[in-house]
Amino acid sequence: MGKPNTPSTNSGFWANLRESPSTDDFIKGLWRENPVFVQVLGMCPTLAVSNTTMNALAMGLATTFVLLMSNMLVSSLRFFIPKQVRIASYILIIATFVTITDYMIQAISVDLHKSLGAFISLIVVNCLILGRAEAFASKNTIGKSFLDGLGMGLGFTFALICLGAVREIMGNGTLLGFGVLPGNFQEWIVMILPAGGFFTLALWLLLFNALKEKRAQA
Amino acid sequence: MKKADSQETMAPAAESSKMLRAMVGLGVICALMIVLAFEWTKPRIEQNKAAALEQAIFKVIPGMVSKQTFLLTPDNTLVPAGANVDKNAEVVYAGYDKEGKLAGIAVEASGLGFADVLRVLYGYNPETEKIVGFFVLESKETPGLGDKIEKDPQFLANFAGLDVALKEDKVTLKNPPVTVKAGMKTNPWEIDGITGATISSRAIGAIINSSTTRWVPMLQQQQATLRNTTTN
Repeated sequence: MGKPNTPSTNSGFWANLRESPSTDDFIKGLWRENPVFVQVLGMCPTLAVSNTTMNALAMGLATTFVLLMSNMLVSSLRFFIPKQVRIASYILIIATFVTITDYMIQAISVDLHKSLGAFISLIVVNCLILGRAEAFASKNTIGKSFLDGLGMGLGFTFALICLGAVREIMGNGTLLGFGVLPGNFQEWIVMILPAGGFFTLALWLLLFNALKEKRAQA
Repeated sequence: MKKADSQETMAPAAESSKMLRAMVGLGVICALMIVLAFEWTKPRIEQNKAAALEQAIFKVIPGMVSKQTFLLTPDNTLVPAGANVDKNAEVVYAGYDKEGKLAGIAVEASGLGFADVLRVLYGYNPETEKIVGFFVLESKETPGLGDKIEKDPQFLANFAGLDVALKEDKVTLKNPPVTVKAGMKTNPWEIDGITGATISSRAIGAIINSSTTRWVPMLQQQQATLRNTTTN
Protein backbone atom coordinates (compact mmCIF):
# COMPACT_ATOMS: atom_id res chain seq x y z
CA MET A 1 0.00 0.00 0.00
CA GLY A 2 1.37 3.38 -0.99
CA LYS A 3 0.71 5.57 1.96
CA PRO A 4 -0.65 4.13 5.18
CA ASN A 5 -3.97 5.43 6.41
CA THR A 6 -4.09 7.47 9.56
CA PRO A 7 -4.06 5.18 12.58
CA SER A 8 -7.34 5.25 14.42
CA THR A 9 -6.29 7.55 17.22
CA ASN A 10 -9.11 9.77 18.27
CA SER A 11 -7.93 12.92 16.55
CA GLY A 12 -7.04 11.16 13.30
CA PHE A 13 -10.31 9.31 13.34
CA TRP A 14 -12.38 12.47 13.54
CA ALA A 15 -10.10 14.31 11.16
CA ASN A 16 -10.76 11.62 8.57
CA LEU A 17 -14.48 11.94 9.09
CA ARG A 18 -14.59 15.57 8.14
CA GLU A 19 -12.81 14.97 4.85
CA SER A 20 -15.17 15.00 1.96
CA PRO A 21 -14.91 12.35 -0.77
CA SER A 22 -12.34 13.24 -3.40
CA THR A 23 -11.60 11.86 -6.84
CA ASP A 24 -8.32 10.55 -5.46
CA ASP A 25 -10.22 7.95 -3.43
CA PHE A 26 -11.45 6.56 -6.73
CA ILE A 27 -8.38 7.07 -8.93
CA LYS A 28 -5.77 5.57 -6.62
CA GLY A 29 -7.18 2.04 -6.93
CA LEU A 30 -7.07 2.15 -10.69
CA TRP A 31 -3.39 2.84 -11.09
CA ARG A 32 -1.20 4.13 -8.25
CA GLU A 33 -2.38 1.54 -5.72
CA ASN A 34 -3.68 -1.06 -8.16
CA PRO A 35 -4.66 -4.11 -6.07
CA VAL A 36 -2.93 -6.63 -8.34
CA PHE A 37 -0.01 -4.80 -9.93
CA VAL A 38 1.02 -2.66 -6.97
CA GLN A 39 -0.42 -4.14 -3.78
CA VAL A 40 -0.16 -7.71 -5.15
CA LEU A 41 -3.30 -8.76 -3.24
CA GLY A 42 -5.90 -11.38 -4.13
CA MET A 43 -3.50 -13.58 -6.08
CA CYS A 44 -5.61 -16.73 -5.86
CA PRO A 45 -8.44 -15.57 -8.16
CA THR A 46 -6.00 -13.48 -10.22
CA LEU A 47 -3.99 -16.49 -11.24
CA ALA A 48 -6.78 -19.05 -11.35
CA VAL A 49 -9.65 -17.36 -13.15
CA SER A 50 -7.74 -15.26 -15.67
CA ASN A 51 -7.45 -18.04 -18.26
CA THR A 52 -10.02 -16.39 -20.51
CA THR A 53 -11.04 -12.75 -20.84
CA MET A 54 -14.69 -13.55 -20.16
CA ASN A 55 -13.87 -15.33 -16.89
CA ALA A 56 -11.57 -12.49 -15.88
CA LEU A 57 -14.27 -9.91 -16.56
CA ALA A 58 -16.94 -11.85 -14.67
CA MET A 59 -14.66 -12.50 -11.71
CA GLY A 60 -13.58 -8.86 -11.65
CA LEU A 61 -17.14 -7.58 -11.68
CA ALA A 62 -18.24 -10.07 -9.01
CA THR A 63 -15.36 -8.99 -6.79
CA THR A 64 -16.11 -5.32 -7.46
CA PHE A 65 -19.71 -5.81 -6.39
CA VAL A 66 -18.73 -7.60 -3.18
CA LEU A 67 -16.04 -5.02 -2.42
CA LEU A 68 -18.40 -2.12 -3.04
CA MET A 69 -21.20 -3.50 -0.89
CA SER A 70 -18.97 -4.68 1.95
CA ASN A 71 -17.10 -1.37 1.99
CA MET A 72 -20.38 0.53 2.28
CA LEU A 73 -21.85 -1.71 4.98
CA VAL A 74 -18.62 -1.81 6.99
CA SER A 75 -18.36 1.95 6.74
CA SER A 76 -21.95 2.55 7.80
CA LEU A 77 -21.62 0.18 10.77
CA ARG A 78 -18.19 1.40 11.85
CA PHE A 79 -19.43 2.91 15.14
CA PHE A 80 -21.61 -0.09 15.89
CA ILE A 81 -18.97 -2.84 15.57
CA PRO A 82 -16.68 -3.15 18.63
CA LYS A 83 -12.98 -3.38 17.86
CA GLN A 84 -12.60 -6.88 19.36
CA VAL A 85 -15.02 -8.54 16.96
CA ARG A 86 -14.38 -6.44 13.88
CA ILE A 87 -12.63 -9.11 11.79
CA ALA A 88 -15.39 -11.65 12.44
CA SER A 89 -17.98 -9.02 11.55
CA TYR A 90 -16.20 -8.08 8.32
CA ILE A 91 -15.95 -11.72 7.28
CA LEU A 92 -19.65 -12.18 8.01
CA ILE A 93 -20.53 -9.15 5.89
CA ILE A 94 -18.25 -10.25 3.04
CA ALA A 95 -19.57 -13.83 3.11
CA THR A 96 -23.14 -12.53 2.91
CA PHE A 97 -22.45 -10.52 -0.21
CA VAL A 98 -20.51 -13.38 -1.77
CA THR A 99 -23.49 -15.67 -1.24
CA ILE A 100 -25.78 -13.10 -2.82
CA THR A 101 -23.36 -12.75 -5.77
CA ASP A 102 -23.30 -16.52 -6.13
CA TYR A 103 -27.10 -16.62 -6.47
CA MET A 104 -27.05 -13.71 -8.90
CA ILE A 105 -24.45 -15.33 -11.17
CA GLN A 106 -26.50 -18.55 -11.18
CA ALA A 107 -29.53 -16.51 -12.17
CA ILE A 108 -27.60 -14.83 -14.99
CA SER A 109 -25.97 -17.91 -16.51
CA VAL A 110 -25.41 -21.47 -15.37
CA ASP A 111 -22.49 -21.85 -17.77
CA LEU A 112 -20.72 -18.84 -16.32
CA HIS A 113 -21.32 -20.18 -12.83
CA LYS A 114 -19.81 -23.48 -13.89
CA SER A 115 -16.70 -21.95 -15.43
CA LEU A 116 -16.03 -19.78 -12.37
CA GLY A 117 -16.81 -22.76 -10.18
CA ALA A 118 -15.44 -22.77 -6.67
CA PHE A 119 -13.77 -19.40 -7.12
CA ILE A 120 -16.96 -17.48 -6.47
CA SER A 121 -17.17 -18.78 -2.92
CA LEU A 122 -13.46 -18.10 -2.56
CA ILE A 123 -14.08 -14.36 -2.95
CA VAL A 124 -14.80 -14.52 0.79
CA VAL A 125 -11.12 -15.01 1.52
CA ASN A 126 -9.86 -12.54 -1.07
CA CYS A 127 -7.53 -10.48 1.11
CA LEU A 128 -8.18 -7.41 -1.03
CA ILE A 129 -11.75 -7.12 0.29
CA LEU A 130 -10.89 -7.72 3.94
CA GLY A 131 -7.90 -5.42 3.48
CA ARG A 132 -10.05 -2.54 2.25
CA ALA A 133 -12.61 -3.10 5.02
CA GLU A 134 -9.90 -2.98 7.68
CA ALA A 135 -7.63 -0.32 6.21
CA PHE A 136 -10.16 2.04 4.68
CA ALA A 137 -13.89 1.47 5.13
CA SER A 138 -13.72 1.10 8.93
CA LYS A 139 -12.15 4.55 9.22
CA ASN A 140 -13.86 6.58 6.50
CA THR A 141 -17.27 7.89 5.52
CA ILE A 142 -19.69 5.94 3.35
CA GLY A 143 -19.06 8.24 0.37
CA LYS A 144 -15.31 7.80 0.52
CA SER A 145 -15.62 4.05 1.08
CA PHE A 146 -17.93 3.76 -1.91
CA LEU A 147 -15.39 5.50 -4.15
CA ASP A 148 -12.54 3.48 -2.70
CA GLY A 149 -14.38 0.21 -3.29
CA LEU A 150 -15.33 1.20 -6.83
CA GLY A 151 -11.78 2.28 -7.67
CA MET A 152 -10.15 -0.80 -6.15
CA GLY A 153 -12.72 -3.11 -7.72
CA LEU A 154 -12.32 -1.63 -11.19
CA GLY A 155 -8.54 -1.67 -10.76
CA PHE A 156 -8.79 -5.36 -9.91
CA THR A 157 -11.04 -6.00 -12.91
CA PHE A 158 -8.66 -4.08 -15.17
CA ALA A 159 -5.71 -6.15 -13.95
CA LEU A 160 -7.60 -9.41 -14.39
CA ILE A 161 -8.59 -8.46 -17.93
CA CYS A 162 -4.94 -7.57 -18.71
CA LEU A 163 -3.93 -11.06 -17.64
CA GLY A 164 -6.93 -12.79 -19.18
CA ALA A 165 -6.53 -11.15 -22.59
CA VAL A 166 -2.85 -12.07 -22.88
CA ARG A 167 -3.46 -15.62 -21.72
CA GLU A 168 -6.44 -16.18 -23.99
CA ILE A 169 -4.72 -14.76 -27.07
CA MET A 170 -1.51 -16.70 -26.52
CA GLY A 171 -3.08 -19.91 -25.25
CA ASN A 172 -6.18 -20.15 -27.37
CA GLY A 173 -5.68 -17.73 -30.26
CA THR A 174 -8.94 -15.96 -29.38
CA LEU A 175 -10.13 -12.85 -27.58
CA LEU A 176 -13.55 -13.05 -25.90
CA GLY A 177 -14.12 -16.20 -27.96
CA PHE A 178 -13.40 -14.59 -31.36
CA GLY A 179 -10.34 -15.71 -33.31
CA VAL A 180 -7.82 -12.86 -33.53
CA LEU A 181 -4.65 -14.63 -34.65
CA PRO A 182 -4.02 -16.22 -38.06
CA GLY A 183 -5.20 -19.82 -38.36
CA ASN A 184 -1.72 -21.29 -38.61
CA PHE A 185 -0.79 -19.93 -35.18
CA GLN A 186 0.33 -22.71 -32.85
CA GLU A 187 -1.34 -22.07 -29.48
CA TRP A 188 0.85 -22.00 -26.40
CA ILE A 189 -1.27 -24.33 -24.28
CA VAL A 190 0.86 -23.55 -21.23
CA MET A 191 -0.60 -20.03 -21.14
CA ILE A 192 -4.10 -21.23 -20.21
CA LEU A 193 -2.69 -23.69 -17.68
CA PRO A 194 -1.87 -22.45 -14.15
CA ALA A 195 1.80 -21.94 -15.04
CA GLY A 196 0.82 -19.42 -17.71
CA GLY A 197 -0.86 -17.34 -15.04
CA PHE A 198 2.43 -16.94 -13.21
CA PHE A 199 4.32 -16.08 -16.41
CA THR A 200 1.78 -13.47 -17.45
CA LEU A 201 1.57 -11.91 -13.99
CA ALA A 202 5.35 -11.71 -13.83
CA LEU A 203 5.49 -9.96 -17.21
CA TRP A 204 2.82 -7.43 -16.22
CA LEU A 205 4.56 -6.73 -12.90
CA LEU A 206 7.80 -6.23 -14.81
CA LEU A 207 6.13 -3.74 -17.12
CA PHE A 208 4.48 -1.89 -14.24
CA ASN A 209 7.68 -1.62 -12.22
CA ALA A 210 9.65 -0.50 -15.26
CA LEU A 211 7.08 2.25 -15.87
CA LYS A 212 7.20 3.31 -12.23
CA GLU A 213 10.96 3.51 -12.24
CA LYS A 214 11.02 5.52 -15.43
CA ARG A 215 8.57 7.98 -13.93
CA ALA A 216 10.61 8.24 -10.73
CA GLN A 217 13.73 9.06 -12.72
CA ALA A 218 12.02 11.65 -14.87
CA MET B 1 -11.27 -0.70 47.15
CA LYS B 2 -14.37 -2.74 46.78
CA LYS B 3 -15.89 -0.15 44.55
CA ALA B 4 -12.91 -0.18 42.21
CA ASP B 5 -13.12 -3.95 42.00
CA SER B 6 -16.71 -3.95 40.98
CA GLN B 7 -16.03 -1.31 38.38
CA GLU B 8 -13.26 -3.40 36.89
CA THR B 9 -15.54 -6.40 36.60
CA MET B 10 -18.36 -4.26 35.31
CA ALA B 11 -16.42 -2.88 32.38
CA PRO B 12 -15.78 -6.15 30.50
CA ALA B 13 -19.39 -7.25 31.07
CA ALA B 14 -20.64 -4.11 29.39
CA GLU B 15 -18.16 -4.61 26.59
CA SER B 16 -19.19 -8.19 25.89
CA SER B 17 -22.87 -7.29 25.86
CA LYS B 18 -21.98 -4.70 23.25
CA MET B 19 -20.07 -7.28 21.23
CA LEU B 20 -22.94 -9.71 21.51
CA ARG B 21 -25.40 -7.08 20.36
CA ALA B 22 -23.21 -6.18 17.39
CA MET B 23 -22.70 -9.77 16.27
CA VAL B 24 -26.33 -10.81 16.70
CA GLY B 25 -27.57 -7.65 15.00
CA LEU B 26 -25.19 -8.15 12.12
CA GLY B 27 -26.13 -11.81 11.87
CA VAL B 28 -29.80 -10.95 11.58
CA ILE B 29 -29.15 -8.31 8.91
CA CYS B 30 -26.96 -10.68 6.90
CA ALA B 31 -29.41 -13.58 7.19
CA LEU B 32 -32.21 -11.34 6.01
CA MET B 33 -30.22 -10.20 2.98
CA ILE B 34 -29.32 -13.77 2.01
CA VAL B 35 -32.92 -14.93 2.29
CA LEU B 36 -34.12 -12.01 0.18
CA ALA B 37 -31.51 -12.66 -2.51
CA PHE B 38 -32.33 -16.38 -2.48
CA GLU B 39 -36.06 -15.83 -2.90
CA TRP B 40 -35.54 -13.19 -5.55
CA THR B 41 -33.23 -15.28 -7.74
CA LYS B 42 -34.88 -18.68 -7.18
CA PRO B 43 -37.27 -18.72 -10.16
CA ARG B 44 -34.57 -17.60 -12.57
CA ILE B 45 -32.06 -20.15 -11.27
CA GLU B 46 -34.57 -22.97 -11.60
CA GLN B 47 -35.40 -21.90 -15.14
CA ASN B 48 -31.69 -21.79 -16.04
CA LYS B 49 -31.04 -25.18 -14.50
CA ALA B 50 -33.92 -26.73 -16.41
CA ALA B 51 -32.56 -25.27 -19.66
CA ALA B 52 -29.07 -26.58 -18.86
CA LEU B 53 -30.49 -30.03 -18.12
CA GLU B 54 -32.36 -30.02 -21.43
CA GLN B 55 -29.13 -29.22 -23.28
CA ALA B 56 -27.26 -31.89 -21.37
CA ILE B 57 -29.83 -34.54 -22.31
CA PHE B 58 -29.22 -33.85 -26.00
CA LYS B 59 -25.45 -34.07 -25.35
CA VAL B 60 -25.48 -37.50 -23.70
CA ILE B 61 -27.69 -39.24 -26.28
CA PRO B 62 -26.05 -39.01 -29.71
CA GLY B 63 -28.47 -38.60 -32.59
CA MET B 64 -31.57 -37.70 -30.62
CA VAL B 65 -34.01 -35.07 -31.89
CA SER B 66 -36.92 -35.28 -29.45
CA LYS B 67 -37.48 -36.37 -25.91
CA GLN B 68 -40.10 -37.67 -23.53
CA THR B 69 -39.88 -37.59 -19.76
CA PHE B 70 -40.85 -40.74 -17.89
CA LEU B 71 -41.87 -40.79 -14.26
CA LEU B 72 -40.99 -43.64 -11.91
CA THR B 73 -44.06 -44.63 -9.92
CA PRO B 74 -43.73 -46.11 -6.41
CA ASP B 75 -44.26 -49.64 -7.76
CA ASN B 76 -41.21 -49.22 -10.06
CA THR B 77 -43.01 -48.79 -13.35
CA LEU B 78 -42.28 -46.02 -15.80
CA VAL B 79 -45.11 -43.85 -17.06
CA PRO B 80 -44.94 -40.92 -19.48
CA ALA B 81 -44.98 -37.68 -17.54
CA GLY B 82 -46.92 -34.57 -18.36
CA ALA B 83 -45.53 -31.08 -18.57
CA ASN B 84 -45.54 -30.44 -14.84
CA VAL B 85 -43.46 -32.96 -12.97
CA ASP B 86 -43.14 -32.91 -9.22
CA LYS B 87 -39.63 -31.72 -8.37
CA ASN B 88 -38.88 -34.63 -6.03
CA ALA B 89 -40.12 -37.33 -8.37
CA GLU B 90 -37.60 -39.65 -10.01
CA VAL B 91 -37.54 -39.29 -13.77
CA VAL B 92 -35.62 -40.53 -16.79
CA TYR B 93 -35.56 -38.94 -20.22
CA ALA B 94 -36.01 -41.05 -23.32
CA GLY B 95 -34.47 -39.63 -26.49
CA TYR B 96 -35.72 -40.46 -30.00
CA ASP B 97 -33.96 -40.10 -33.35
CA LYS B 98 -35.36 -38.71 -36.61
CA GLU B 99 -37.42 -41.82 -37.38
CA GLY B 100 -38.91 -41.78 -33.89
CA LYS B 101 -36.87 -44.77 -32.77
CA LEU B 102 -35.51 -44.90 -29.22
CA ALA B 103 -31.95 -43.54 -29.39
CA GLY B 104 -31.17 -43.78 -25.71
CA ILE B 105 -32.25 -42.96 -22.20
CA ALA B 106 -30.73 -40.20 -20.08
CA VAL B 107 -30.53 -40.89 -16.36
CA GLU B 108 -29.53 -38.43 -13.68
CA ALA B 109 -27.36 -39.71 -10.83
CA SER B 110 -25.66 -38.12 -7.88
CA GLY B 111 -23.29 -38.99 -5.11
CA LEU B 112 -20.60 -37.59 -2.88
CA GLY B 113 -17.48 -36.30 -4.63
CA PHE B 114 -14.36 -34.86 -3.04
CA ALA B 115 -16.13 -31.59 -2.25
CA ASP B 116 -19.90 -31.61 -1.94
CA VAL B 117 -22.37 -33.58 -4.04
CA LEU B 118 -21.68 -34.42 -7.68
CA ARG B 119 -24.65 -34.48 -10.05
CA VAL B 120 -24.12 -36.23 -13.36
CA LEU B 121 -26.23 -37.24 -16.33
CA TYR B 122 -25.47 -40.29 -18.46
CA GLY B 123 -27.02 -41.72 -21.60
CA TYR B 124 -27.84 -45.43 -21.82
CA ASN B 125 -28.46 -47.28 -25.05
CA PRO B 126 -30.67 -50.33 -24.35
CA GLU B 127 -29.84 -51.98 -27.69
CA THR B 128 -26.06 -52.09 -27.31
CA GLU B 129 -26.40 -52.19 -23.50
CA LYS B 130 -23.79 -49.48 -23.20
CA ILE B 131 -23.42 -46.04 -21.69
CA VAL B 132 -23.07 -43.70 -24.65
CA GLY B 133 -22.68 -40.28 -23.10
CA PHE B 134 -21.78 -38.53 -19.89
CA PHE B 135 -22.03 -35.00 -18.58
CA VAL B 136 -21.33 -33.38 -15.20
CA LEU B 137 -24.29 -31.24 -14.20
CA GLU B 138 -23.00 -29.92 -10.91
CA SER B 139 -19.65 -30.16 -9.21
CA LYS B 140 -17.59 -28.17 -6.76
CA GLU B 141 -14.43 -30.23 -7.20
CA THR B 142 -11.02 -28.61 -6.76
CA PRO B 143 -10.19 -26.41 -9.75
CA GLY B 144 -7.24 -27.78 -11.71
CA LEU B 145 -7.40 -31.20 -10.06
CA GLY B 146 -10.80 -32.73 -9.30
CA ASP B 147 -12.60 -30.71 -11.95
CA LYS B 148 -10.77 -32.69 -14.63
CA ILE B 149 -13.72 -35.09 -14.46
CA GLU B 150 -15.64 -32.45 -16.43
CA LYS B 151 -13.18 -31.77 -19.22
CA ASP B 152 -10.38 -34.34 -19.40
CA PRO B 153 -10.89 -35.79 -22.93
CA GLN B 154 -9.29 -39.12 -22.05
CA PHE B 155 -11.57 -39.53 -19.06
CA LEU B 156 -14.68 -38.54 -21.00
CA ALA B 157 -13.74 -41.02 -23.75
CA ASN B 158 -14.50 -43.78 -21.20
CA PHE B 159 -18.17 -42.99 -21.56
CA ALA B 160 -18.36 -43.24 -25.33
CA GLY B 161 -19.14 -46.94 -24.90
CA LEU B 162 -19.03 -48.19 -21.34
CA ASP B 163 -20.27 -51.75 -21.08
CA VAL B 164 -23.18 -52.20 -18.65
CA ALA B 165 -24.63 -55.44 -20.07
CA LEU B 166 -26.93 -57.54 -17.88
CA LYS B 167 -26.53 -61.19 -16.90
CA GLU B 168 -28.96 -63.76 -18.31
CA ASP B 169 -31.25 -63.30 -15.29
CA LYS B 170 -31.80 -59.69 -16.44
CA VAL B 171 -31.63 -58.25 -12.92
CA THR B 172 -27.91 -57.85 -12.21
CA LEU B 173 -25.05 -56.37 -14.20
CA LYS B 174 -22.57 -58.81 -15.69
CA ASN B 175 -19.71 -56.51 -14.79
CA PRO B 176 -20.54 -53.43 -12.70
CA PRO B 177 -18.52 -50.40 -13.90
CA VAL B 178 -15.47 -49.62 -11.83
CA THR B 179 -12.78 -46.95 -11.90
CA VAL B 180 -9.24 -48.24 -12.36
CA LYS B 181 -5.90 -46.43 -12.26
CA ALA B 182 -5.14 -44.10 -15.15
CA GLY B 183 -4.11 -46.08 -18.23
CA MET B 184 -4.94 -49.46 -16.69
CA LYS B 185 -8.28 -49.95 -18.48
CA THR B 186 -8.36 -53.35 -20.18
CA ASN B 187 -12.06 -54.25 -20.15
CA PRO B 188 -14.99 -52.35 -21.64
CA TRP B 189 -16.66 -51.99 -18.23
CA GLU B 190 -13.67 -50.29 -16.63
CA ILE B 191 -13.26 -46.52 -16.32
CA ASP B 192 -9.78 -45.10 -16.71
CA GLY B 193 -9.19 -42.86 -13.71
CA ILE B 194 -7.37 -39.52 -13.76
CA THR B 195 -4.01 -38.90 -12.13
CA GLY B 196 -4.50 -35.89 -9.86
CA ALA B 197 -8.24 -36.48 -9.62
CA THR B 198 -8.18 -39.92 -8.05
CA ILE B 199 -10.98 -39.34 -5.56
CA SER B 200 -13.22 -37.48 -7.99
CA SER B 201 -12.84 -40.03 -10.78
CA ARG B 202 -13.47 -42.87 -8.33
CA ALA B 203 -16.55 -41.04 -7.09
CA ILE B 204 -17.82 -40.88 -10.66
CA GLY B 205 -17.23 -44.63 -11.00
CA ALA B 206 -19.16 -45.28 -7.80
CA ILE B 207 -22.03 -43.01 -8.85
CA ILE B 208 -22.32 -44.70 -12.26
CA ASN B 209 -22.01 -48.10 -10.61
CA SER B 210 -24.81 -47.65 -8.09
CA SER B 211 -27.06 -45.87 -10.56
CA THR B 212 -26.68 -48.44 -13.35
CA THR B 213 -27.11 -51.33 -10.91
CA ARG B 214 -30.48 -49.90 -10.03
CA TRP B 215 -31.70 -48.43 -13.32
CA VAL B 216 -30.38 -50.67 -16.09
CA PRO B 217 -32.51 -53.76 -15.20
CA MET B 218 -35.59 -51.55 -14.92
CA LEU B 219 -34.92 -49.80 -18.23
CA GLN B 220 -34.27 -53.11 -20.00
CA GLN B 221 -37.49 -54.67 -18.71
CA GLN B 222 -39.61 -51.68 -19.59
CA GLN B 223 -38.07 -50.97 -22.98
CA ALA B 224 -41.44 -51.53 -24.61
CA THR B 225 -43.01 -48.65 -22.66
CA LEU B 226 -40.13 -46.39 -23.55
CA ARG B 227 -40.30 -47.27 -27.26
CA ASN B 228 -44.03 -47.05 -27.91
CA THR B 229 -44.75 -43.50 -27.01
CA THR B 230 -45.71 -40.72 -29.32
CA THR B 231 -43.09 -38.10 -28.78
CA ASN B 232 -43.61 -34.44 -28.30
